[in-house]
Amino acid sequence: MKTDTTAIDIDRGKGDFFYPEAHVRDAGVGLSERTIHYIADVKDDPDWVREFRLRGLKTFLEKPLPTHWASKELEAIDFDKIRYYLAPGTEPKRSWEEVPDDIKRTFERLGIPEQERKFLAGVEAQFDSEAVYSNIKKAVGEQGVIFVGSREGLKNYPEIFRKWFGKVIPVADNKFSALNSAVFSGGSFIYVPPGVKVKHPLQAYFRINAESFGQFERTLIIADEGSEVTYMEGCTAPKFNTPTLHSAVVELVALKGAKIQYITVQNWASNVFNLVTKRGLAQENAEVKWIDCNIGSRLTMKYPSVIMKGRKARGEVLSIALANDGQHQDTGAKMIHAADETTSNIISKSISIGKGRATYRGLVHVPKHLKHCKNNTECDALLINATSRTDTYPAITVRGTGNAVQHEASVSQVSAEQIFYMQQRGLTEAQAMSLSVNGFVNDLVRQFPMEYSVELKRLIELEMEGSVG
Amino acid sequence: MSSVVDHEVAEPAPILSGPSDTREFPDWFRDQQRAAWQQFEALPSPTRKDQAWRFANVGLLDLAPYKIRGVLSEDDRKNVLKYSRGLNHHAGRMIFANDQLIERDVVSADLKKRGVIFQPLERAIVEHADLFRKYFMSTEATLGSAKFAALHQALVSSGTFLFVPRRVEIELPIEIFHWLRHDNMSVFPHLLLVADELAKVTVIEHFRSCDQRAAGFACGVNDLIAGPGAKVTYVCAQNWADNVIALQINSTTVDHDASAMSLNLHLGGKYSRFESLSRLIGEGGRSDLLAVAVAKNQQEFDARTLQDHISPRTASDLLYKNALDDRARTIFGGLIRVEPHAHFADAYQKVRNLLLSDDAEANSMPGLEILADNVRCTHGATSGQIEEDQLFYLRSRGIPTKVAQRLLVTGFLDEVIQRLDHPAIGEHLHGLIGQKFVKLTSSSSR
Repeated sequence: MKTDTTAIDIDRGKGDFFYPEAHVRDAGVGLSERTIHYIADVKDDPDWVREFRLRGLKTFLEKPLPTHWASKELEAIDFDKIRYYLAPGTEPKRSWEEVPDDIKRTFERLGIPEQERKFLAGVEAQFDSEAVYSNIKKAVGEQGVIFVGSREGLKNYPEIFRKWFGKVIPVADNKFSALNSAVFSGGSFIYVPPGVKVKHPLQAYFRINAESFGQFERTLIIADEGSEVTYMEGCTAPKFNTPTLHSAVVELVALKGAKIQYITVQNWASNVFNLVTKRGLAQENAEVKWIDCNIGSRLTMKYPSVIMKGRKARGEVLSIALANDGQHQDTGAKMIHAADETTSNIISKSISIGKGRATYRGLVHVPKHLKHCKNNTECDALLINATSRTDTYPAITVRGTGNAVQHEASVSQVSAEQIFYMQQRGLTEAQAMSLSVNGFVNDLVRQFPMEYSVELKRLIELEMEGSVG
Repeated sequence: MSSVVDHEVAEPAPILSGPSDTREFPDWFRDQQRAAWQQFEALPSPTRKDQAWRFANVGLLDLAPYKIRGVLSEDDRKNVLKYSRGLNHHAGRMIFANDQLIERDVVSADLKKRGVIFQPLERAIVEHADLFRKYFMSTEATLGSAKFAALHQALVSSGTFLFVPRRVEIELPIEIFHWLRHDNMSVFPHLLLVADELAKVTVIEHFRSCDQRAAGFACGVNDLIAGPGAKVTYVCAQNWADNVIALQINSTTVDHDASAMSLNLHLGGKYSRFESLSRLIGEGGRSDLLAVAVAKNQQEFDARTLQDHISPRTASDLLYKNALDDRARTIFGGLIRVEPHAHFADAYQKVRNLLLSDDAEANSMPGLEILADNVRCTHGATSGQIEEDQLFYLRSRGIPTKVAQRLLVTGFLDEVIQRLDHPAIGEHLHGLIGQKFVKLTSSSSR
């Protein structure tokens, strides 16, 4: 028996390949099982996570690109040229001088603090926010809230983490969630104990770890019974980033009576493909609310969804998209009603400037035998220039007599009279235009936390510059 | 009235055996049919994964059981003629059964003198070959049924050609009947309507089955061409038997300052799909798309529409209403597309579903694609049920629940029919809806 084993070992050894660069903390370019094992090794993943990753890879390779309904632009992504994992410390170093001037100018106009600017521009890999936010962190910690990186979450809190991880968004949900499942790193894990209401919004860059801004981050938020939490991801400043593909997965679980609010302001550089899967599960009386602003990137495909699984659960998506030259904001929402008396609301506003294209894609599903479910959907699109484009593609399925669904969409432009009126009062055409656009999104922006709404307003003003005349 | 010459009709053959050479068509037409058949065979069958067939029960589209070239007996002809009752007054009429012309009431001598052509397809392709060829199947079927449009072209053997010359107005409607006779028979109804500059015409097509239990397959194509300033009204009253699979591919081309209005009433069929493409190719053109469907049992109505604004300053308005009972399903997939430079487009789209049972399912996909600015485009989709308050009000006035429900549904659908603004046709359509409700109430009181 023993000799047999030895013989086999010898044979195996002949077939093995050894790569000296395997010691370097870099998974190299392209995607294969080797990449997955490499990431799992570096991160010291438990076996179940490694298997999860491998399943993700298999699914990713099997699934075709969804170009039968989505933009053909997806074909421009070369999956073999992408680095799927960069260990901390190996990111390409960049000096402040190398950051493009327009990005620097934008930071200045938005009033981003000096320290944050360098981090956002990728000059500094780490952003020390400890001083600013340590008070909040302390307060939250005392309430028993767990707020850590996803890797720490799966290591230190496996009993909670594993129960929900990959449950709201299964590996095979879509090609890009499968890709994320294979190579995920970074992201947040949050657990809010029963009854705890977190006063301050938790922000991704509370944590010092730069991993939260990764390309393939994976976030899991669990709000236990009766708790409340608000989470903010990203910030209004443009993120200057070399990777061209960003594919995150965000799972929210709101248990009985809990409330989760998730705020995103996406402002990637205009060469980034932003393909994100976000979904929340709302149990009885729980509420999941997505506030989603998309301003940057080349192509964004993101449809935050809520599965209302318990009675009286509530789902909401508020979305603002701004598409400028060369951009396609393909955003929307999905509302899956799976229990009686569930209600959902979608409000989407998009602005297309120059040659920009904004698309709303929505799905509302009310299966049979549900009673008193309600959905309201409003999509408004604003076109600024003659070359701008906007599309709306909702899909609504309703069964049974106990439910009411309404969908409305409109497309319009800034009226010439409005502009004329404001110009007559001494505003320039550009100022008047930006005021009109801000007015168009105002009722949504008012629901945002204060600092976001102020920055968002400035950002719209910036985007509107040069779009007139 | 002309008696129709009996052709050497061959024995019924399966659809999938393709076009035959038994009918005497000109060479160019035959060549087109053979090419279309090749196209039909080459194109893939639709699957639910195709966006244009999303939610549809494509499994029902198996053509193997169906036959072409159904033989009619003398009694069949007599019965068809007897039951072809539609409007009380018409300007002209054609009746087809199994794609054979049974009867033709020609238009008045005056209209004929002024150049109106009202002919069956087989005569038009000979006598007006140039005019016919210019428009025949000239608009591509872009809403998903390219394969079935090819099938239609390959197997079409009769149909209607109506040409209304410049400034001619036909006051009374033109009526066309298409009947299905025998089990598993198929028909390929065709209508080509060309209204020249400033012409005005109304056409109503009736689709019916001789036997209410017989299965069948219908695959029709309609091309309506509204020339500059013309006014075209088209009404379809689809009342096939409950076991019929029906596909209807409509296209309307609206030139400058012209207006087209179409109303599709869908009552029959197991699966009935109707595609309506409206192309606004000239400034000042206007298109109204109306539809009413009453779905019961396991019926499925699948409507796909495109309001294509190609020219600036064009208007379109769509209103589709569905009433669904039992386990019925409806699908609405509609798109408003404003092409680049088609500025000042004014487009509206509204679909409303009234669900009358817990198992009924309504799917709505109202879409917008706007590539120009200075447009006003709005769409809305609602799904709901009869309001309890309204029902209570009627009942408190002593009206039984069933009757009250029927009144409310009729009222809900009437908004669409009112838009047609044609009392005689409106009354006829209400009659058909009423008949369906009688069946509906008797079936649901089981």
